[in-house]
Amino acid sequence: MTTTPAPRPDGRPRKQIHLGAHFPGVNNTTVWSDPRSRSHIDFSSFEHLARRAEAARFDFFFLAEGLRLREHKGLIHDLDVVGRPDTLPVLAALAAVTDRLGLAGTINTTFNEPYELARQFATLDLLSGGRAAWNLVTSSDAFTGANFRRGGFLDYSERYERAAEIVDVARQLWDSWSDDAVDADAETGEFLREGAVQRVDHDGKHFDVHGTFTTPRGPQGHPVLFQAGDSGEGREFAAATADVVFSLHGSFEDGQVFYRDVKDRLAAYGRTEDSLKILPATTVVLGDTAEDAAEEAALIRRQQVSGPTAIAYLEQVWGRDLTAYDPEGPLPDVEPDVDNASLTRGKVRHVKDPGPVVAAWREKAAAHGWSIRDLVIEVTGRNQFVGTAQQVADDIDRYVQEDASDGFILVPHLTPEGLDPFFDQVVPLLQERGSFRTEYTGTTLRDHLGLELPGVGGSQAADLEGARA
Amino acid sequence: MSSSTPGSPTTRTLHLAVDLTDAGAHPAAWRTLGSQARQLFDADRLQDLVSTAQRGTVDLVLFDDAFSLQPGRRGGVQGRLDAALVAARLAPRSEGVGLVPTVTTTHTEPFHVSKALATIDHASHGRAGWQVAVSTGADDAAHVGRRQAPDVAAAWAEAAEAIDVVSRLWDSWEDDAEIRDVETGRFVDRDKLHYVDHDGVHFAVKGPSITPRPPQGHPVVVVRVDSDAALAVAAEHADVVRVRATTLEEARALREQVRSAAADHGRDPDDVIVLVDLYAVIGPDRASAQARLDLLEGLAGVSWDTDSYTHVGTDRDLAVTAEEWFLAGAADGFTVRPSSLQTDLVALVDGVVPLLRRAGIYRTEYTGTTLRDSLGLARPANRYAAAIA
Repeated sequence: MTTTPAPRPDGRPRKQIHLGAHFPGVNNTTVWSDPRSRSHIDFSSFEHLARRAEAARFDFFFLAEGLRLREHKGLIHDLDVVGRPDTLPVLAALAAVTDRLGLAGTINTTFNEPYELARQFATLDLLSGGRAAWNLVTSSDAFTGANFRRGGFLDYSERYERAAEIVDVARQLWDSWSDDAVDADAETGEFLREGAVQRVDHDGKHFDVHGTFTTPRGPQGHPVLFQAGDSGEGREFAAATADVVFSLHGSFEDGQVFYRDVKDRLAAYGRTEDSLKILPATTVVLGDTAEDAAEEAALIRRQQVSGPTAIAYLEQVWGRDLTAYDPEGPLPDVEPDVDNASLTRGKVRHVKDPGPVVAAWREKAAAHGWSIRDLVIEVTGRNQFVGTAQQVADDIDRYVQEDASDGFILVPHLTPEGLDPFFDQVVPLLQERGSFRTEYTGTTLRDHLGLELPGVGGSQAADLEGARA
Repeated sequence: MSSSTPGSPTTRTLHLAVDLTDAGAHPAAWRTLGSQARQLFDADRLQDLVSTAQRGTVDLVLFDDAFSLQPGRRGGVQGRLDAALVAARLAPRSEGVGLVPTVTTTHTEPFHVSKALATIDHASHGRAGWQVAVSTGADDAAHVGRRQAPDVAAAWAEAAEAIDVVSRLWDSWEDDAEIRDVETGRFVDRDKLHYVDHDGVHFAVKGPSITPRPPQGHPVVVVRVDSDAALAVAAEHADVVRVRATTLEEARALREQVRSAAADHGRDPDDVIVLVDLYAVIGPDRASAQARLDLLEGLAGVSWDTDSYTHVGTDRDLAVTAEEWFLAGAADGFTVRPSSLQTDLVALVDGVVPLLRRAGIYRTEYTGTTLRDSLGLARPANRYAAAIA
């Protein structure tokens, strides 16, 4: 099977890389204008990425969600991919066409009740044979809340408090059925084992939940919990509750600092370093030579930032209509409208205080002779892996072996085939060096990630107490 | 489209739905041989059941759901999966057959319900339905907390509003909204996306949906009529109406009532398919079917009152009854509730279905690809597109 992995330079055992495949959502990472880009709705697109990821022995498939179409200047933003299917039904359908791949989905807690969410994730875990993961996010966004009766919005300061209570309630519900609760003894007529299903009574600040859960405990006990967030509060919440943290892929050094900071927080919750995986999201561009790859990466950036996209991005910072400006021309000569903060809604605002940003950009653009589009390409560029397959395999392995991450969530720029070159070219190199599995050794996502099965009423409840303290 | 002029039943074909809930309709079904009771929550078992239903070219299969454990069934199956996710799980590995989960409206968000059902319709290429249900129990309300359980009338009024806004969300994308115009850099034509701007009694929803219009336009809406309030909602919104009746005359009266109520809403009564619940215990002869029912009743400790037509007998007798009711205008078809899925579903598909086919009132293969095709229902026009045109 696998070759014996070589130890790391410092003699510690080689870490196994964890990899997730992200089905891209609605932002300009996704290049829809490329002739190879196919549907973001047809199930065949989801199936393609999931099947390929499974054939490459990836840990999981990852799907985000959206709850309101984005708007720019009071109109639906039409320059990026718009629209997507619902997260959990797509994951449930993918469970039918894959056998081992983890199925992770973002579900916002602000517009859902914990009882319903706990049922849905327990169901997904059962229907997939133990492959469910929940990327738990909260919203403080009244714009999105306009689609929900009870949603409204949540004060920013209460987001993690509510999230902690949701996790607490969901875990009580998942733990309320013992693993062997379904006895189905035809002789005695006892369907549920006596005493194997406990009532849940929760009265909290955000939720009151009373009664008996409907859904048997899934193979993983609790679905794997993902969490995003770079703030101190977010890191602490992750250390207390999450199995996987994802962040944006920064520089190698920034990655090491983040890694150390989050892992150092675990001990306070009685957790080991292995119990939380840090998996930044990143993109990859491959070429036959380093030059080819760099050229391809530059081409992709120009596809991602079209002229209208560059203007729309600038308008978010300027707070003004800038459609009169040529994206291939110099930066606007007008000053930003600092008070017009609601120009773009439904996505993260890129700049909070436009004054100094605009000044710095003008200086940069002048120094390099950049057009509007050049500037936006520069300032919105994220760290990515660019190079030959060998170089990218080396880089990824270095990040993991030297503790800048435990692996990556890969975001393709093309749907659904964008990761095919990575599966074909990079994965075998990672496998050759013993850093990535050649076969699944377990059946559940917890198995793949090396996470323990939570016991009923186990230690994680105590962890949560710590998170709230 | 097989559906036709009113009152000419010979050009219609019989429709069959099968209820795949639990181990079967009888509370003791899980205790019978081969019931796979320990595998009730396994996807593979559900997959097998759907394959069997598909072999019988049934129009649709149904999965019950609620936020509480099955009530009042001592010694019965306890535990439920989220029915919408069950339907989604079954979508990629099935063909022809409609997948209809129950999704309740009382403690859920219409925006979520709309995109979940639209997504099942996308994943199944047009085979999704929605059995609308309400929660009037205090148990359900306590699971969600901070809400009182509504009474039946209030719950159905809320359901009507939910169906209305859900279907508006389905229409909030015109079918050709995605344009991918590389020239102008526009992925969608925003003029073909519509705010639903619903500001109702129970909720307000801005829209548009995040999920493009489903393949069927609207997934098929199924309402089970068990109260006047449910009848009112069914008459206005349902494509398929489930009723319970114990005699042909009762069924015919109910069907007429539903059709006339639909007409009162300005609908063509032929656009409403009335299915009568039919509980089935099927055996090689009447005595053995009765013996099996006796065994089930013995296990359950109570006699089985289904409050609807209950067939205990041979496949031949069942086919004769079905044909008789169908031709008499008492039913457009049946929701078969096999007493025991393991036994009665197979008997239905391999025994009753061939007889109905031979009688020329039932399809031999799926002639279309969507559930609407099977039911002979037109794809609904988009209300927003129509408003502009």
